[in-house]
Amino acid sequence: MVMKVDPSKKWTGPVRPYDIIKEGVIAVVVVGLLAGGLSLFFSSPDEKAVTLKSWSNTNAPDFVQTATGELAGTTTSAGYGAPYNHAAKGPTLGPLKLQDWAGVRIPVDPANSFVVEPLLMMNDSTASAAAQTWKAASADQQGKWATSYADALGKKPDATSLPDSKNEFGPVPTMVSSLLVMAQSGALDGALTTSDTPLPTDFTKPLLFLADSEGYFGDLAAKQHLGGDQWGVMNETGSWPGQSWLWLFSLWYQVEPFKSSGNADTLVMTLMGFLTLCLALFPIFPFIRKLPYRIPIHRLIWKKWYARKL
Amino acid sequence: MSTSSNWTARLRKSTLETMEPEDLLPDNQPAYVVSWIYVFGVLTIASLLMLIATGLILTLEGPSWWHGSSVGHFINSMHLWSVELFFVFMVVHLWGKFWMAAWRGKRTATWVTGVIAFMASILTALTGYLIQTNFDSQWIATEAKDGFNAMGIGAFFNTLNTGQAILLHVALLPLAVGIIVVWHILLVRRKGVVPPIDNDATIEGGAF
Repeated sequence: MVMKVDPSKKWTGPVRPYDIIKEGVIAVVVVGLLAGGLSLFFSSPDEKAVTLKSWSNTNAPDFVQTATGELAGTTTSAGYGAPYNHAAKGPTLGPLKLQDWAGVRIPVDPANSFVVEPLLMMNDSTASAAAQTWKAASADQQGKWATSYADALGKKPDATSLPDSKNEFGPVPTMVSSLLVMAQSGALDGALTTSDTPLPTDFTKPLLFLADSEGYFGDLAAKQHLGGDQWGVMNETGSWPGQSWLWLFSLWYQVEPFKSSGNADTLVMTLMGFLTLCLALFPIFPFIRKLPYRIPIHRLIWKKWYARKL
Repeated sequence: MSTSSNWTARLRKSTLETMEPEDLLPDNQPAYVVSWIYVFGVLTIASLLMLIATGLILTLEGPSWWHGSSVGHFINSMHLWSVELFFVFMVVHLWGKFWMAAWRGKRTATWVTGVIAFMASILTALTGYLIQTNFDSQWIATEAKDGFNAMGIGAFFNTLNTGQAILLHVALLPLAVGIIVVWHILLVRRKGVVPPIDNDATIEGGAF
């Protein structure tokens, strides 16, 4: 005869000796030994951080093309929208403009922030003059100069500078070449991080600039299997385990309709929020709350208890 | 003044007086508490304690220490492997509790606080990855920003702002996880360990 009890009432049946403090101490020792052993045998990854200096010295043509793209307004940052600028409304969920609702709280104007302002800080009269010429021109003229130069660079992907034989690039070649010199010396890293404070902890500007790179930052990540289409959300550099608990989050980016959606981030974040809510509400979902009764895995869990009664 | 209007008395009644000292620090358990699955809850807590200990050492030395110190690198490795163990133990604990239907007997709040602890831990871990000050943290910051920005959260939690991530990781989020975990444990101790499904007299129409 199975003893039936109300699980909300205190258990009054048979008990067994238990020492919660001893159990806790043993658990800490076991975890300490496990973590210590794993650390000794496998250590942990530490791929060195990259900089605008390392980018510009490793792949100068990519740096030049990206800087020109910032001026032309064609990079990811330049067309991002909130919270950095007003260039786009960003992803939406039906009528909800989720990305746009909080507004521009971290202002970044890539052309000015990444190129013009650093050049004006540079102790170089040629660079400053080119930047001043740029600033004095109309937005339409700026666009023509930068787009023409970007197109010309696109035809010569290995070039870091091109002559202006038709006089159509304005100050852009001088600006970009000067910025390259500044970046290769390491001065641009400092200029972008210290524009607000001399003791920086915010790397928004250099990281946004780096992320606009098409031939450096993304390539390094792909080599470390960190790309979005490589389950990168849950990966780590090298062969170490990463945030494997994000496997479901990462999974959605590998399958349709999310994989090819321009709105994937909003869709995946919303879906994961919904699934998390469902997980929390398992106890009240009629079908799910009955699953543990219908699939008797609990018979394995309480095997010894059931065997004892029989 | 009646106790019903006294805030202190009400707090005492709803907390301290809801359980006996033997519930909080038990020296015995119901005889059905005999399974390896019960180990994973305490292993999760032990991993959290290991994370706090190694995290405190890293905090004392600063976020860049571990790059140039073999001792620092080892402590960082301990921190990394502790978080890997933490999540493995926590997920096994979670699924174990699911198959035990551990929310029975007015234990829904215990289940919900467990899920909240899981989610808070994921956010805490993410901020940890953001403050490694290496290439991995740079890449994760630039990728994660798109997810948060897509929901409008990025305007307030800027993954590219390492200083903000450091403060969140070493102060606010561990405090949040700690409070939720303590709340979860107190609920477990107050309600006791859920009895086996076959012993549950409240399951309508039988279990099977």
